[in-house]
Amino acid sequence: MTRARRLWSGASYSAVFIAIAGAILVGILAAAGSQDPSRALAALWNGSLGTSYALFSATLVRATPLLLTGCAVAIAFRAGALNIGAEGQLLVGAAAAAASAQVLAPSLGIATIPAGLLAGIVVGGAWAAVAAQLRRRFGVLEVISTILLNFVALYLVGWLVRGPLQEPLGIYPQSDVLPDVARLPLMMGGTRLHWGFALAIASAIVAWIVLTRTAAGFRIRATGLSPSAAAVAGSIDTERTLARAMMASGALAGLAGAIEVQGVTFALYENLSPGYGYTAIAVALLARLDPLLVIPSAFFFGALEAGAAAMQRDAGVPAVVATVMEATLILLLLAGERLRRRPLVPA
Amino acid sequence: MIDSGPAGLVASVLESTVRTATPLMLAALGETVSERAGVINIGLEGSIIAGAFFGIVAATAGGVVAGVAGAIAGGVAASAVVAAFVVGVRANQIITGAAVTLLFLGLTGTLYHLLFGAAGSALASPTLAAWRIPLLADTPVVGRALFEQPPTTYLAFFLAPALWWYLRRTHGGLALRAIGENPAAARAAGIHVRRAQALALLFGGALGGLAGGTLVLAQVGTFAEGMSAGRGFIAVAIVVLGRWEPLGVALGALLFGAASALQFVFQALGRPLPYQLFLAFPYALTLAALAVGGRRARAPAHLGKQDVV
Repeated sequence: MTRARRLWSGASYSAVFIAIAGAILVGILAAAGSQDPSRALAALWNGSLGTSYALFSATLVRATPLLLTGCAVAIAFRAGALNIGAEGQLLVGAAAAAASAQVLAPSLGIATIPAGLLAGIVVGGAWAAVAAQLRRRFGVLEVISTILLNFVALYLVGWLVRGPLQEPLGIYPQSDVLPDVARLPLMMGGTRLHWGFALAIASAIVAWIVLTRTAAGFRIRATGLSPSAAAVAGSIDTERTLARAMMASGALAGLAGAIEVQGVTFALYENLSPGYGYTAIAVALLARLDPLLVIPSAFFFGALEAGAAAMQRDAGVPAVVATVMEATLILLLLAGERLRRRPLVPA
Repeated sequence: MIDSGPAGLVASVLESTVRTATPLMLAALGETVSERAGVINIGLEGSIIAGAFFGIVAATAGGVVAGVAGAIAGGVAASAVVAAFVVGVRANQIITGAAVTLLFLGLTGTLYHLLFGAAGSALASPTLAAWRIPLLADTPVVGRALFEQPPTTYLAFFLAPALWWYLRRTHGGLALRAIGENPAAARAAGIHVRRAQALALLFGGALGGLAGGTLVLAQVGTFAEGMSAGRGFIAVAIVVLGRWEPLGVALGALLFGAASALQFVFQALGRPLPYQLFLAFPYALTLAALAVGGRRARAPAHLGKQDVV
């Protein structure tokens, strides 16, 4: 089957699943009783794609962290490392960016921006490396360790924003607001779209190039498809490849957190991420673990979450209903994988 | 009778240990059964939150007994979804579990907001009172911890040896263990692999739901979004630490409870440590314990494998 035909067949199945998941969403809304479903759906549309403001300031802004974390999850899953810890890696990356902004802004000026991004990358990668080493040296399943580390990251941020990083007045559990030099400039005036979006797109393209065109990417894909074959026929150090894939994954998620702080929230606080790291799993699976396909996938989920937020504001439907739809989509994709006998995730 | 001084502190720590350990023990014992049958259920967290939510809704409507039944039903519902995908379609167990956890976290959050208002009017439900065993409960230091607890705690302490006996000494338990080690051989021996795995999952979900029910009905008394707080994942880790043996798992849950109770020791000693440290401690401790204790653990040979019978 040619690559184009494979993509098309995969896309059409995904479209069916999205339609089914959408129908389930509508069903939930209708069953929400007193709320008028058509009003909720109007809010969903207007809040995501219906107006240009919504498109640029809500959908694309939310798609940015989903793009990066989606790539993060895709790379890890490709190697066979089930990184469920993108949420925690994003949070520590955000913390690193906020901390570096506070410390470096006076001396570095506008160079604080790349410094903060780099800090996010390094700290996010380190956070994932903890889980990677726990797997490599102690055989701890990375599913468990990454999830547990998510909670540790959450409480770490909670301590930081009430302690060392707390804003000067000491009233609110959040960091000091980022000075202007540490903020990502806007891509489009009159909206909230910042240059982090372009950075995210570039990262996805780079990730795709690395995965498909470099030796390191080959090692990742081979390890994921068959660790034993990779080790024997390819002389690949599968454990080292897995560890490096995990670190790259964490680095991307950390970058997502840094960009969120520098481009959207301009401060660190506990509820910084509405579950981006978990939505990323749905993003990656819908994209069939292909970094380029993560771009439209992240766009779709960005629109969904932006619409859900608008539904909560304007029609009183809890935004967390988007989580239900995302989980349903993952389950449908899993079922479809087995029915079509094409593996979604290696191993 | 209020103890004071060191004996009182030890008694409080023991009580806190048992309190914290109970939901973990229930969930972990259920997970032990599933994993012995070869299925790793990451959706256990979903069972716990479902048990918490449906437990409190049922209790508000029909009293404590209805609440327990509702909790079990919620937990079973979550694991039924897992079973449908993992046993029915042989989908990837880990991702299915993660998706089911997300699904039920989202569902319970959505339903909570819809039913009880965006203002978050706090639910107040009837609670499970402690059953006091006369005479034994007056034992110094350990009396209240062991003999004045809600019935779910007694159930947990009963289940540990009961499941040990079931797995070791009954045909059913042997069949279950056989499935986890070599499903093809089990099938050849005439064991219904899929049915047993599905039932094992449902049993695990029931106990997970009961764990959630314990949280709301016997401990907190109300519901909050995401209140399961990763207990399902900690329970999965405890199964590894307990070497997939019910007695070991029960011990692991107790050790975990003891570690969580340490914060009271620190408070009593007057040491001002950040509150978040105590929140993070259980998770960090689980990681450390897995690193130290998980090395020589031998999992059931076909645990987590998709291409089984």
